[in-house]
Amino acid sequence: MDIQIREIHKGFGNFPALRGVNLDIHSGELIALLGPSGSGKTTLLRTIAGLELPDAGQILFGGTDTAPLPVRERRVGFVFQHYALFKHKTVQDNVAFGLRVRKGPDRPSESVIRQRVLELLDLVQLSGLEKRYPAQLSGGQRQRVALARALAIEPRVLLLDEPFGALDAKVRKDLRRWLRELHDKTGYTTIFVTHDQEEALELADRVVVMNRGRIEQVGTTSEVYEQPATPFVFDFLGSVNVLAGEVQGRHLRIDGTELTLDTDREHPAGAVDVYVRPHDLRLVEDSSPGLGAAVRSVQRTGAVVRLTAELDHSGETVEVELSHLDPFALNRRGGDRIRVLPAVYGLFPRAPHAALRTLPDVDPKSVPEHRERGRLG
Amino acid sequence: MTTVSKAGRRKPPRSVIPGFGITLGFTLAYLSLIVLIPLAGVFFKSAGLGWEGIWHVVSSPRVLAALKLSFGAALIAALINAVFGPLVAWVFVRYRFPGKRFFDAVIDLPFALPTAVAGIALTALYSANGWVGQFLEPLGIKVAFTPVGVIVAMTFIGLPFVVRTVQPVLEEAEKELEEAAATLGASRWQTISQVILPTVLPALLTGFALAFARAVGEYGSVIFIAGNLPMVSEIAPLLIIIKLEEFDYAGATAIAATMLVLSFSLLLMINGLQAWARRRHGHGR
Repeated sequence: MDIQIREIHKGFGNFPALRGVNLDIHSGELIALLGPSGSGKTTLLRTIAGLELPDAGQILFGGTDTAPLPVRERRVGFVFQHYALFKHKTVQDNVAFGLRVRKGPDRPSESVIRQRVLELLDLVQLSGLEKRYPAQLSGGQRQRVALARALAIEPRVLLLDEPFGALDAKVRKDLRRWLRELHDKTGYTTIFVTHDQEEALELADRVVVMNRGRIEQVGTTSEVYEQPATPFVFDFLGSVNVLAGEVQGRHLRIDGTELTLDTDREHPAGAVDVYVRPHDLRLVEDSSPGLGAAVRSVQRTGAVVRLTAELDHSGETVEVELSHLDPFALNRRGGDRIRVLPAVYGLFPRAPHAALRTLPDVDPKSVPEHRERGRLG
Repeated sequence: MTTVSKAGRRKPPRSVIPGFGITLGFTLAYLSLIVLIPLAGVFFKSAGLGWEGIWHVVSSPRVLAALKLSFGAALIAALINAVFGPLVAWVFVRYRFPGKRFFDAVIDLPFALPTAVAGIALTALYSANGWVGQFLEPLGIKVAFTPVGVIVAMTFIGLPFVVRTVQPVLEEAEKELEEAAATLGASRWQTISQVILPTVLPALLTGFALAFARAVGEYGSVIFIAGNLPMVSEIAPLLIIIKLEEFDYAGATAIAATMLVLSFSLLLMINGLQAWARRRHGHGR
């Protein structure tokens, strides 16, 4: 079912939880709502389900406005963060609940219900546990019961609130893969909320990055990671170095060093923040253009060598990530002189009074205009 | 040591929390001192009558009527509280309204009030010329000095037991349970009857048992409003007092022992029900 979200506003008291959210979701998509706590992602999910009423705006299911539909007539499968299983009911009674509460001709016969429940439990790999009570299941199993219960009503959209939040790391990874397979098999339009960027990037077809009640960027997993639209997205998805810079014509001045922008487009002159991911900082020969720096510490984790260095001129600290196979990574020690060059970066106009490493609250709509992305060197 | 003799005494499993022996010993000694020894005294005293004597006392029509009234009225009162208590608790848990804290404190009043005060107040209210009684009288409903009055008094003193046991469970029952039921298509009534009530059922049974037990034992507030007509509105505890005043100690303890046995078996039954309800939640395995 296609879902359209039109200019949704929602406040709780004085706190604006959603500030004009627009989003189109295509039938059969697996969408992640990603953001820090308080970004409005769960509120958006609950608003789609009808558990919250928007102050303004529309939500359309397959082109039809859902406003007149109360929750119980929306046919949304909602999986709660803490599952909200009915403790006094067995697994099979939990799953059957949505079918048993139907009335009149909509209510399938008891034998059909039993058949359907067994199919669903088979689908979520819980066959044989149908007589257990929720208290007798592990966290991962409860999660899957909740999922089967939501799927039993053949929902028009499946909504999951932090589906893996309460599970330990190993179970989480397994379930993640399993949920992806399940989605590919069943094809339900699915929206899930997460604050874990890795989870969003691994699982979703498209990621919706939210911040302070607004959508910062919508894109495929590679788009949001490789071409972040805003400083917030840059910072939220992976770690990033933020350097103070100044654009003049086709030149970018960072840390007292003049570098040439290789883009064709003219970048508006003025103070900018240069966003560079640690693995996009290249080490270069002393003769090449680059920023001089002194290594403060070296840390190796598996195949990644992480250097912390201090820029000569401004004293700003940068992090550099290298492959252990990189010739520049060999035998690095604290105190070594290096030269770094931002290979891939994002330029964002410096917000007034914004200190380094803080996220300027800029209107995301205005940012892409000035955003520049390019390579140096 | 891997073999364990089946016939061997059951030893408590070694636990990381020490002190099982001493605390169990203390608990048993304390219970005996405070509860069991006085109760044993009741049986001991009544045993002087012999089985026949006890039967003679208990099977007299006046005593039977009093026992019937005491247990019957207590049961009805506890049932009334089991219906309206959860309702009160629900309102306190789920809604915010002005004066909530005040009313929340009011619930405990029947607890704290000297029972005689409650009895006098209720009698004044429900007697033929009282605030409420004067409106009921023309309708042919007599409350004061009838078994109905007994039920009213017992309902009054039992309310806090039900409210206070159900309230925390309702508070704990996540709002998400209701939301989950709603997303699955359940109507409001289906949500209440199939999700919320079963969730609070064990607590409700506890509250019911407490309210019932309290009502059976209630004396002060009941005797004012009951009127104490033999065979009509005379409760068993009052009969015990009457026997005592007649220096019929054995007779008094015979009634007391009967009440004790009846109450205890009823409480055991309710406890069994509760254990069953809790097991359905997957607890206590």
